Amino acid sequence: MTKKRTFLEIVSENRFLHILISILLGFLVGAVFLAIMGLSVGEAYGRLITSVTSLKGFSYVVVYAIPYIVVGLSVAFSFKTGVFNIGAEGQFVVGSMAAAVVAILAGGLPKVVLIPLCFLAAMIGGAVWGIIVGFLKTRWGINEVLSMIMFNWVAFYLSNYIAGIPAIHSDGTAEATKNISANASTLLPTAFINRAGLCPTANWGILVAIAATILVWFIIEKTTLGYELKAVGSNKFAAEYGGIGVNRSILTALGISGALAGLGGALQLMGMGGRISVFSSQEGFGFAGIVVALIGCSNPFGVLIAGLFYGALTYGGSKLNLVGAPTQLISVIVGTVVFFIAISVIFENLKRIRSRARRNAENAARKAKEEQQK
Amino acid sequence: MSKQYVDMNTPVIEMRNIVKKFGDFTANDGINLTVHKGEIHAILGENGAGKSTLMNQLYGLLKPTSGDILVNGRKIEMNNPRDAIDAGIGMVHQHFMLVQPFTVTENIVLGTEPRKGIALDMVKARQNVVEISERYGLSIDPDAKIEDISVGMQQRVEILKALYRGADILILDEPTSSLTPQEIVELIAIMHNLVKDGKSIIIITHKLKEIKESADFCTIIRMGKYIGTVDVDTVTENDLASMMVGRNVTFKVDKPPQEPGEVVLDVKDLHCLDYRGVEIVRGLDLQVRRGEIVGIAGIDGNGQTELVEVITGLRRGTSGQVLVNGVDVFNKAPNFGFKNGVSSIPADRQKHGLVLDFSIEDNLILQNYGKEPYSKKSVLQRDPIFAHATDSIEKYDIRPGGSEKRAAGTLSGGNQQKVIIAREVQNDKDLLIAVNPTRGLDVGAIEYVHKYIVDQRNKGKAVLLVSFELDEIMSLSDIIDVIFDGQIVASIPGGEANENDLGLMMAGGGKKA
Repeated sequence: MTKKRTFLEIVSENRFLHILISILLGFLVGAVFLAIMGLSVGEAYGRLITSVTSLKGFSYVVVYAIPYIVVGLSVAFSFKTGVFNIGAEGQFVVGSMAAAVVAILAGGLPKVVLIPLCFLAAMIGGAVWGIIVGFLKTRWGINEVLSMIMFNWVAFYLSNYIAGIPAIHSDGTAEATKNISANASTLLPTAFINRAGLCPTANWGILVAIAATILVWFIIEKTTLGYELKAVGSNKFAAEYGGIGVNRSILTALGISGALAGLGGALQLMGMGGRISVFSSQEGFGFAGIVVALIGCSNPFGVLIAGLFYGALTYGGSKLNLVGAPTQLISVIVGTVVFFIAISVIFENLKRIRSRARRNAENAARKAKEEQQK
Repeated sequence: MSKQYVDMNTPVIEMRNIVKKFGDFTANDGINLTVHKGEIHAILGENGAGKSTLMNQLYGLLKPTSGDILVNGRKIEMNNPRDAIDAGIGMVHQHFMLVQPFTVTENIVLGTEPRKGIALDMVKARQNVVEISERYGLSIDPDAKIEDISVGMQQRVEILKALYRGADILILDEPTSSLTPQEIVELIAIMHNLVKDGKSIIIITHKLKEIKESADFCTIIRMGKYIGTVDVDTVTENDLASMMVGRNVTFKVDKPPQEPGEVVLDVKDLHCLDYRGVEIVRGLDLQVRRGEIVGIAGIDGNGQTELVEVITGLRRGTSGQVLVNGVDVFNKAPNFGFKNGVSSIPADRQKHGLVLDFSIEDNLILQNYGKEPYSKKSVLQRDPIFAHATDSIEKYDIRPGGSEKRAAGTLSGGNQQKVIIAREVQNDKDLLIAVNPTRGLDVGAIEYVHKYIVDQRNKGKAVLLVSFELDEIMSLSDIIDVIFDGQIVASIPGGEANENDLGLMMAGGGKKA
């Protein structure tokens, strides 16, 4: 093309660059807020960086990132398969509680049995939570976004109810469940943590998160299941015409997505939380997962990196009050990043409408060229 | 012909030696075009020949790399469509640019609304619209919403929109591609009315019949090059076709006589409802035997679409039987029909035929991804999939423009259709259903599609052809079944049919079979 391409055109064609710029803009807006509050931008961002770059700080980042990555995978998987899993929050809560119940009631089982059992319970819990919504959608055409948001609240109160059952509820005064059995914990040995200088909640859940990343990538890219789900996600009419069961695919996609979110809940509980508090408000892991999936372009490995980035922001953000900056600054930054990632979609659409005719012409020309070369 | 209105002394458009390059690729290579007042001028070329590129330069959407554009004898530099509109040029795009929830009047005056103070004067606007539609004989309902009116009506609105902006020269980009035969007749009448009124029309098309029926002159472009301009009255459709594709094109399909075998598809007393819940197929009987092509002729809306949907499992019927090789596939999932011998080339290739985001190679295995060698133990095997794609691309002359990995959505319409045909023919089922298989394709591609359909017949497969192109039905079918009001009202041997009788029967004047 002889025409010089504008910066915006280049950015809108390169997803990675575009996300990088959105992140920079997020920090820029954060800086404006800091400046308005009369705080030093350099000091605040300096703190943010130093707090996550030490070994101990970084181990915190990884621990924080574990649930974000797995829930991010859940949402990314749903994006790839054409359903929008806004219900990851509820699936996370249900999965987490399912794992807690198993870990408390069957706490005497040995580690090698108990831990997989907890994971399994969490995944089944999350999957069931997703499939119910899928069933409502495929059977009666109920919009999945609406029912998922409602199911998030059902999960919320269900979890609080279960936490109140005497067999589960803490023996002490805490408004929470009992602590889970030590046999269900994924924490690294204390001696090792102290010797290596890691954070006290350092756990091997990250290995599960990485394994989940690879598995999701494999399913999406390499298997017939991924082929079916993507086909339904991008054109359910053609998929049906080609003999793929559309309803079954939607249920499968929501089941897998839900299982991932549930697994995220278990990893958070077994590696970090140790027990589940009676909630007073939604914890927001599901919504964090949406952000992570967006930043990670719904690519499993992108989600892995985005989860670590989000973990770094959350952990680093919690240290901001040491320099007098409000922790909420992180919400401003994240909100802005998401805004700019999302706005580009709007912007691209606008541009598409404006230049549709022009592009059609260029496409036609390109096709003609290729046919000529053939 | 309408040449009586052409004023040869007044060229309204002159494009001289137009060259348009995209990078190192030349889309238009020295094209000349002269259009006179009162003339209908066709631009003919295959998909991707550079017709739209040329017209987009005339409409200010693209700037020529070199060459001059003269409007009414004056050289004009066009930077955007505004300049073209100011010069009296209007364009109706292939895909309409209308605001769906707005009324006809609102759409026509959009951007140039009459005002009363700061308020819109919709009463005046409506008057203007009615007046202009009466003047040119384009009847419309000024108060109807765009989403409620037919495609043909929407096109009239687009034409009125251009006229309302003072266009004297109208560019129509593939105006008949989404119209029914009746609407095409009406459009041609409208075009003749407009030139009578001193307007000039440029029509981009690859349909030869319509050029013969409507145009005075025709400029042919092939691979970006100017081939020539001809007086339409002095050439035949065959001449036009060979100028367009650069070789001789046969319209006659070679079809050896053949004795049909046993019945493959047997539809008995089929009933089904349309999307509104009205019974549209009403006790239909139909048989297709091995080695024959049965063509369904009928006016759109008489149940042929729903009939095919029921046979392929996409729509539930209310009663009846659909036997394929003796197995009843009535109200079963599409996959069941497929397993029992049904393959089909769907009417809407982008909606039903392809997953546009998927690569060509993935689209080619849409029904077979779960079978060896394309997958083993649920894991896709990329090498056989790729080999299959390379093989199909060569055998079926798909021009992927670079790679088997390219998304199907980036292919031209003809190549998308070839992907579907390659897939369905290679499925090698006993029954092939083809619905409007050549819609929107150029002659070269049509010839190819017809050849493959006839090949299937010659191989002893049963073929059910549904098409709104009567010529296609007549040239391919061994038996023509006329559908009217949800029933087959006549069944005649392909060789004995003529257009008049068929037209009469399609309109309900036929004898009961």
